[in-house]
Amino acid sequence: MNAFRNLAWSLAAVLAALLTGGVVLAVSGYDVADALGALLKGALGSPNAVAETLVNMTPLLLAALAVALGLRAGLFNIGVEGQFLMGGLGAVVAGYALPGLPGGLHMLIVLAAGMASGAAWAAVPAWMKARFGAHEVITTIMFNYIAFRLVGWLVRVPLHGPGSIPQTRYIAEGAHLPVLLADTRLHAGFLLALAVAGGLWWLLWHTPWGMAIRSVGLNPEAAEYAGVRVVRTLVGSLALSGGLAGLAGAVQLAGVDHRLVEEGFSAGYGYDSIAVSLLGANHPFAIVPAALLFAALRSGAGLMQIEADVSSQIISVLQAFVILFVAAEAGLRRDREFKAARKAAAVAPPSPPAPPQAPNLPAAGATSGQGQEA
Amino acid sequence: MEPAILIGLLAAMLRLATPLLLGSLSGIWAERSGVVNIAIEGMMLTGAFAGYVVAERLLDAGVFDGDGTGHLWIGVLAAVMVGSLLGLVHAFWTQRFRTDQIVSGTALNILAVGVTAYALRLVYDVGGSTKLPETLPAILTWSVNGKDGPVGVSFTPLMVLAVVLCLLTHVVLFRTPWGLRTQASGEHPLTLTSLGLSVLATRYVNMAISGGLAGLAGAFLTLEGIGQFNEGMTSGKGFIALAVMIFGRWKPLPSLAAACLFGLADAMQIFLQTLGVEVPAEWLQMLPYVLTLVALMGLMGRSRPPAALGQVS
Repeated sequence: MNAFRNLAWSLAAVLAALLTGGVVLAVSGYDVADALGALLKGALGSPNAVAETLVNMTPLLLAALAVALGLRAGLFNIGVEGQFLMGGLGAVVAGYALPGLPGGLHMLIVLAAGMASGAAWAAVPAWMKARFGAHEVITTIMFNYIAFRLVGWLVRVPLHGPGSIPQTRYIAEGAHLPVLLADTRLHAGFLLALAVAGGLWWLLWHTPWGMAIRSVGLNPEAAEYAGVRVVRTLVGSLALSGGLAGLAGAVQLAGVDHRLVEEGFSAGYGYDSIAVSLLGANHPFAIVPAALLFAALRSGAGLMQIEADVSSQIISVLQAFVILFVAAEAGLRRDREFKAARKAAAVAPPSPPAPPQAPNLPAAGATSGQGQEA
Repeated sequence: MEPAILIGLLAAMLRLATPLLLGSLSGIWAERSGVVNIAIEGMMLTGAFAGYVVAERLLDAGVFDGDGTGHLWIGVLAAVMVGSLLGLVHAFWTQRFRTDQIVSGTALNILAVGVTAYALRLVYDVGGSTKLPETLPAILTWSVNGKDGPVGVSFTPLMVLAVVLCLLTHVVLFRTPWGLRTQASGEHPLTLTSLGLSVLATRYVNMAISGGLAGLAGAFLTLEGIGQFNEGMTSGKGFIALAVMIFGRWKPLPSLAAACLFGLADAMQIFLQTLGVEVPAEWLQMLPYVLTLVALMGLMGRSRPPAALGQVS
């Protein structure tokens, strides 16, 4: 029932956001039908367009799973963009510095290296939060900016490959993710991403550690009381979240780019994944269609920019509206539940006295505890 | 040490500290009333864009000629209004819809990136904007003759206004009934309610002020800084401003000092390049972000946020 209502509301939020986007286009004086036609053609118009949509969906899905894992633990990991980039960095170095390995093994090492780099990059803000209480929202954003500069320098100077363009060397052929569909860029990373979605669902709902993560996200005090090691769980989930983001970067590198360029590798996947995760109510399975939708918008936006001259950034506007609509419903529902709980507590028999209600009841778009910076 | 270099460093510091100071004041007005505002970045970016477009269009339409500064001031006004509008949206979403304040702020940041890039293409067809012939001129210049000609510190109008607003924030926050009301709203909203005063009204007004200040910071970047708008030109200044506010312990005057410190860290880039130090530009560009992390870790002194920050009323 709850899942059904979530789905209905998510669809309503998407429709409302698309409608708002249409109004924005119309007010701007664009031909809305033309723009939409180009968008659809770009996203689904040909077998290759569909394949490109799935290619876009792959890193988006993995990155959104990273965001979702963080949010399930009550952590808002806005650092996915930087962790994605660091994942690409780890993957590219493992991809060209270890030649001569058997193909399949090399591929696994490349993915593992990317995942480890992303996890390490997220572990530092996790430690800062655990040790000093530094709020992860701002620290992870700072780590994004630092990652951009760091990778920019690495690619420009020490890791600069042959040629004048600032980019690294190409990874070994054996480390490439195999192409699934001839004459397209659709690669095995797509299947891996789907498998990771299943794995994350298993982790969160069928393992003790997943139980600990979710309980910390819902109510850290209660979790502590129940014997969960809160700090360890928080640090672990942010590091694993970074690991998934790093895996997203490694998959993009081994599947599509095959080398790291100075700019444009992460291409906003990390930021887009926030909207995808929230739209999917931070549930691994619901995130799959959400990622497909945003991937389709992303591939369609390119053609829309060429054919209808509409900036592809209209997609960011749509994403912002999706977040605002989804979060507004979550907020109102939490408020209703809170008031209902208070009412129930008020009519309960006077003794024993009703325990005070926890200020933060379970929130669908659960986020960062008190929302304090320091 | 060549005095001209130090003066150059001072000039760069003041220029870089101004948007951080305005951003931190924006944070103070919001957070002192109990609303987390991580959308300062987006409000700054939107303000920078709105200020630039309004000034540029007025000039282009021939309403103002390039000799005066009328179009620039109307641009500043537009930036403040757009920032305030976003502040009110944030207030409405977090207070009326009870949306998580971090989520709402993140959505507004994404919205700002999208809207400015979209509108830039809409108005100018291509991805870039033309440079304004002039930016807001200095009202006072102090110059010294250096080795390579005169070096000076220019005090520009918004720079001075930022300091005035900082003092004003101090007075209002700590010496007026509204300031008391703001602090109560952020520390213990129930006291306001029990006095028959509206927590919501307090937060709406303060968020409008907060947004306006962030918009003004944006106007500084385009109309007093480079005279041009570039996509994503705020590059994290809104978040660094929050670190300035935290380091300044949610108080205006310490935040002024903190903004100068962060501005100095940023200005070191130029300084070290002048001295001919062989450090890659990217490493120097990391400095303000690293300093922000240090401030957030509380390594420069612990500070306590308002007690009711982020809670719904």
